[in-house]
Amino acid sequence: MISIQGLTKRFGRTVALDGFSLEVEKGSVFGLIGPNGAGKTTAMSILATLMLPDSGAALVGGRDAVADPAGVRAQIGYMPDFFGVYDGLMVYEYLDFFASAYHLPVAGRDRLIDGLLELVNLEDKKDFFVDLLSRGMKQRLALARCLVHDPGVLILDEPASGLDPRARAEIKEIIRQLGRMGKTVLISSHILPELAELCDQVAIMENGRLVVSGAVEEVTAAGAGSRLINIEVLDRAGDLAAWLAGREGVSLAGSDGRSAKVFLRGGGDGQAALLREIIAAGYAVTQYQEVRRNLEEAFMAVTGEVNGGEK
Amino acid sequence: MKSNPVLSKEMRQRFRNIRTPLIISLYLLVIGGLCLGYIYLRWRSTPGYYQPGQSRELFIILSMVQLILLAFVTPGLTSGAISAEREKQTLNVLLVTRLTPLGIVTGKMVSSCAFAVLILLASLPLYNVIILYGGISPGQMLGVFGFYLATLLLFGSLGMACSACFQKTGSSTVAAYALVFVIMVGTFLLAGFIYEVTRVPGPVQAPMPVFSQILQDLNPAMVMLRILGEGAAFGNPRDLGLPYWGTYTAFCLAASALLLWCSANKLRPGRTSKRSWR
Repeated sequence: MISIQGLTKRFGRTVALDGFSLEVEKGSVFGLIGPNGAGKTTAMSILATLMLPDSGAALVGGRDAVADPAGVRAQIGYMPDFFGVYDGLMVYEYLDFFASAYHLPVAGRDRLIDGLLELVNLEDKKDFFVDLLSRGMKQRLALARCLVHDPGVLILDEPASGLDPRARAEIKEIIRQLGRMGKTVLISSHILPELAELCDQVAIMENGRLVVSGAVEEVTAAGAGSRLINIEVLDRAGDLAAWLAGREGVSLAGSDGRSAKVFLRGGGDGQAALLREIIAAGYAVTQYQEVRRNLEEAFMAVTGEVNGGEK
Repeated sequence: MKSNPVLSKEMRQRFRNIRTPLIISLYLLVIGGLCLGYIYLRWRSTPGYYQPGQSRELFIILSMVQLILLAFVTPGLTSGAISAEREKQTLNVLLVTRLTPLGIVTGKMVSSCAFAVLILLASLPLYNVIILYGGISPGQMLGVFGFYLATLLLFGSLGMACSACFQKTGSSTVAAYALVFVIMVGTFLLAGFIYEVTRVPGPVQAPMPVFSQILQDLNPAMVMLRILGEGAAFGNPRDLGLPYWGTYTAFCLAASALLLWCSANKLRPGRTSKRSWR
């Protein structure tokens, strides 16, 4: 449903996206994880047709975000990481405004808005001024706004950011419900354990590049007996990742330029055998280590922030 | 005709606010006080009657005050239209809808200018005082209001363009006022300077240099004074093919269209805030 191919975006000397690629299947709830400045928001902005990439392509439902922005916009609901308030507008008027912005017919809007408010548990706030709602309510209202034109894809940039635990739980429940409704949801967040509960698949990115991507179980290496191995080499880390990707028992090989990370099925024997093969292939290995069990630790490991930096 | 959603929303937000009737009431109070004060002073100096010539003076004063008001209020109304959306982080949400950048810009421009137009219309009854005593033709009065609308468009679109170019409303407002100052005062000073530099001393007033005349025809205050029957500020006006008010109106309309188009273009993807001036 979402296909990002080799996206590159620079802001002056800063490289926000560096050949970033990603595939999101229809109907999945996909989590995009990365530290601040990893390029999540830039990638989402390009997908939402708000920014042009320097190179690469971003497709939603087969439509190109650059060549056919109107076609993409019709399919997506976009929620930025901050809820901007319109002073002096009531909840109902707020949704009615966006319904008219999507050129929805006036007839039937009342029913649509009532349904959306019910979905996000704000039916009793219909006549409240938007700027007087709590932050959690505003986020839920923003979700309702995303759904006004019944898009197939939702792009949610840090939807739970700055919310208290209860509000986060409410947002999470609504997103789950959207997943059950068959929506494709691309969601970025720093609250990793919650993403693990919420998402079918996750991708970890850093410095504008994809590090690993796959099912949550695969990425966390908590299931299927696989383990995440971090391999540091003196040089040619990218070549090593490509070489590893073709090996039996290895999945989701990725590189951040200095080290390669792979998921390896099997136990310690397989791990030792793989090391021997890597050395035999001529790579100068300086570190070879299994990392992490849960998503948060996997994230910290692949972004080089755990135990004083494993990279 | 399909309504502009941004326009409907902005009108609802702006006119629901208690500030709007308060500002209009205060403005009418000040302008009304000015009129009555002027009449009282004239009546005190010549008790018993009020001359039509004095009524004309009052009309000129009133019109100048309204022009100054337009120069202050209009850029202030529009210079935050887009930049405030950026600051509140609501612009991106608008841009992913089916609204076009031009639709967003025109909706905001019309709603902002509607407030200034409302102030002008609300002041119409004050002009009854002048009509009552004579000294001004209905044509001149209509001309002044047409002039106000053209000026409103120019100042409003200047503010809108600054708002689209600058990321912060503060910077945008300063830039908009600076540009309005250039139009209101800069054109006058430059026209006078060129005229004085090129003037040949002698008893006969020389025709105005073309560039100097164009600048005079673009200066709102001088155009308004000529609508009110006053002469040109410098030299004898040349025939440029268009009457002075035609030149001014054409300039206002063309500049507004261009500025609004540029503002809309600035909102398109690839021209987002990261490239905007701060």
